Amino acid sequence: MQENKKGRHALLDGSRLIIESMARAGADAFIGYPITPANLLYQYGLQRMPLMLAAPDEITTVQWMSGLAATGKIAVTATSFPGYALMIESINMAFMMELPMVIVLVQRLGPATGTATSGAQGDLSLLKGNISGGHPLPVLCTSNMEDCWTLSAKAVELAVKLRTPVVLLTSKEEVMTTKSFNMDLLPEITPLERKYYDLECDGNYKPYKATNFVPDFLPLGQNKHQIRFNASTHNEKGILQHADEESMANTRRLEEKIRKRAYEYTWYDLDEDEQAKKLVVAFGITAAAARHAVNQLREEGRHISLLIPKTLIPVPEVYLEIMESYDEVIVAEENINNQFSDLIYGLKKPVGHRFVGSLGKMITPQQIREEVRK
Amino acid sequence: MNNLFLNTEILPYCKGCGHDLIAKNTTKALGKLNYEPLDIIVVTDIGCHGIIDKALNTHTVHGLHGRSAALASGISFGTDNPDKKIIVFIGDGGATIGLQHIMEASRLNVNMTLVVHNNYLYGMTGGQTSGLTPVGFHTTTSHEGNQFSGYDICALARTAGAPYVSRITGIGDISDQLAVAFSNKGFSLVEILEICPSYGVKLNPKRKLQEIAASSGKPLGEWTQHREPFEKHQGKKTDDLLGEVREIKKVFQSYLKTTVSLVISGSAGEGVQLAAGLISKACVSSGLCVTQKGSYPVTVGVGFSTSEINISTQPIDFHGINVPDMAIITSEDGLAHNRKRIESMTNGKLMIDSSLEVPKTGADVIQHDFRTVGARNAAIFAVFFFALKTGIISSEAILKVIEEEGKTDKLPLPKIKEALAKVK
Ligand code: SF4
Repeated sequence: MQENKKGRHALLDGSRLIIESMARAGADAFIGYPITPANLLYQYGLQRMPLMLAAPDEITTVQWMSGLAATGKIAVTATSFPGYALMIESINMAFMMELPMVIVLVQRLGPATGTATSGAQGDLSLLKGNISGGHPLPVLCTSNMEDCWTLSAKAVELAVKLRTPVVLLTSKEEVMTTKSFNMDLLPEITPLERKYYDLECDGNYKPYKATNFVPDFLPLGQNKHQIRFNASTHNEKGILQHADEESMANTRRLEEKIRKRAYEYTWYDLDEDEQAKKLVVAFGITAAAARHAVNQLREEGRHISLLIPKTLIPVPEVYLEIMESYDEVIVAEENINNQFSDLIYGLKKPVGHRFVGSLGKMITPQQIREEVRK
Repeated sequence: MNNLFLNTEILPYCKGCGHDLIAKNTTKALGKLNYEPLDIIVVTDIGCHGIIDKALNTHTVHGLHGRSAALASGISFGTDNPDKKIIVFIGDGGATIGLQHIMEASRLNVNMTLVVHNNYLYGMTGGQTSGLTPVGFHTTTSHEGNQFSGYDICALARTAGAPYVSRITGIGDISDQLAVAFSNKGFSLVEILEICPSYGVKLNPKRKLQEIAASSGKPLGEWTQHREPFEKHQGKKTDDLLGEVREIKKVFQSYLKTTVSLVISGSAGEGVQLAAGLISKACVSSGLCVTQKGSYPVTVGVGFSTSEINISTQPIDFHGINVPDMAIITSEDGLAHNRKRIESMTNGKLMIDSSLEVPKTGADVIQHDFRTVGARNAAIFAVFFFALKTGIISSEAILKVIEEEGKTDKLPLPKIKEALAKVK
């Protein structure tokens, strides 16, 4: 059977899908600056987003995005570790101010400048702890072309609904490789409808008074209610406070809103073989190798299951449940320290846990097959 | 109290702090300009001046140390209502940290006013020297007096393009001067000189503000230049990035039954990436699935140029290629970049330019002069050669791609055809 019979076939890269999807979901602006391997996203952002501004540096990028977000716009940028590192304080600011935005983090080989043109999966540990206080910053991770489409729109939705910056994690190999693709397979994306605080409400608008953990949003620019955005510890009115009870409750809410509402934003693929005792786990670019390996292993007559996590942070508890239900779990990721398993288990990996890693090279299906066959 | 903009007259500063005067004169100036509190967005930096927020009836945004000019720029970009006034309060410390943001806002002429509270030191953090501290001024980190002269923030902003810049001393009624700055369309910067009683006065006893200001060598005054405020010229946009992707219809057949990985490599400027695109598109038009990835040095105009292509009858999950099934090498650069892989090949085909030394390999070696129609077309010729030798795609499929992309006249197709006719 040949895939390419029906439908609208074309050669596409993941970057194009990501930007188009976000624009359709309601992103209004792309704030860009050049960095390999995120340049295609910048290029498409320029072509597609209603507003595109070229920022002079990484800090300015997230500050401009935050300013735009405070006026009700949804801004997107794309970067790689060297740029992301410089953005972190500003991302913390946006997190504290509760400003929605999406940062596409295209992983490349580190540390530091590393190799700009080599892919990697080395940034998960950083993402786990990049908000001071350990608050979770939502991270969604693409594992194929379809994800570049659907998860990108979800990232925009999640950012707006939970009023938070969101990281869409991907890698050089995903956004810079061209693939034949049937565009008819892409589901419709419904544009997001933004709900603001009812301007006609008489009551006193408090910028950080939350319902279901998330405060109602009002953009700067209207004349009915006073708005305060604050990156320092603040109370419901958005006024700077020391560690008093109300503001500590607010800081605690920032943690809770992500953790308690994360279940609304949990995505993963679980391809289970009921007789399997072994599970392969892989996210991002390595998911492609894992799918390939699992298919081949099944052709050999082996029973094997596959978990592809897409919501990485906060870590959905269901991953642990799934992983614990297998005798052997093989986690494959393109780093040398098994960052995903650290996230799940901490220091002590359970018996039956194995790791397939790689540095500066994509993990191959063969590496995964060999580990599974052991 | 008849100040619409403040909810208290007692501002949270040390006694005698110049920030008090600046805040009150700011609100007075806004009153003179008939603004309502919610017409105003005050963005504050970190520093003593930044704790003004709670006393203001305007919208307030309290950000990071040094970044307020950039944050306010973002707000300005997103504010569709030109009647809104964006005012940034920043200290000399914040202006030092975020100098780049001030330059950028000046350069782009972003609609807002930056009020630099220059009391010559970082007050909130304990009286340290800033980039705006004048030479000879004593701070907690320069006991002998500051060794270097401070930045002239006004001159810098003006050079970067700010249409309105002024430097004034924070003494007496400065509301008129502030009102002029607030009325400017585009970017304006007011540097207000003051002295911090808690550190500045203590560490520089007997010195007066005017004398310190004069000693800095930076004149008081007002500097203007005409510029149109920032406007978002956005150029040509597409409303559908997928709409502009060319659909490739299946009109040809391929006899391929499995999966083939191919590496094509040569020198920059010899059409390798174009050639790889032709193969990929011809494959799709022949009903096959393809992945294609280019690699070349960061200096794209020299050295090797390689493209990796996977071709399959089935959708392709994994697109990495360690050892390819086939390789097309058109130049020395391409050979050097792929030598190890070629040596690792235990079967498959190596199509290599006849001028090159053939490495040890288990692949079937086919040598041919790929430069017969010129070096610039070496890779393009090799694509047709590949079609002929493998049958995975046909020459017709390649020609159709060339035609559809409007490249027929740009490539020496008759010469290629002629040269191909001689291939055995
Ligand atoms: S420390 Fe200095 S700058 Fe800060 S409030 Fe007191 S006098 Fe003003």
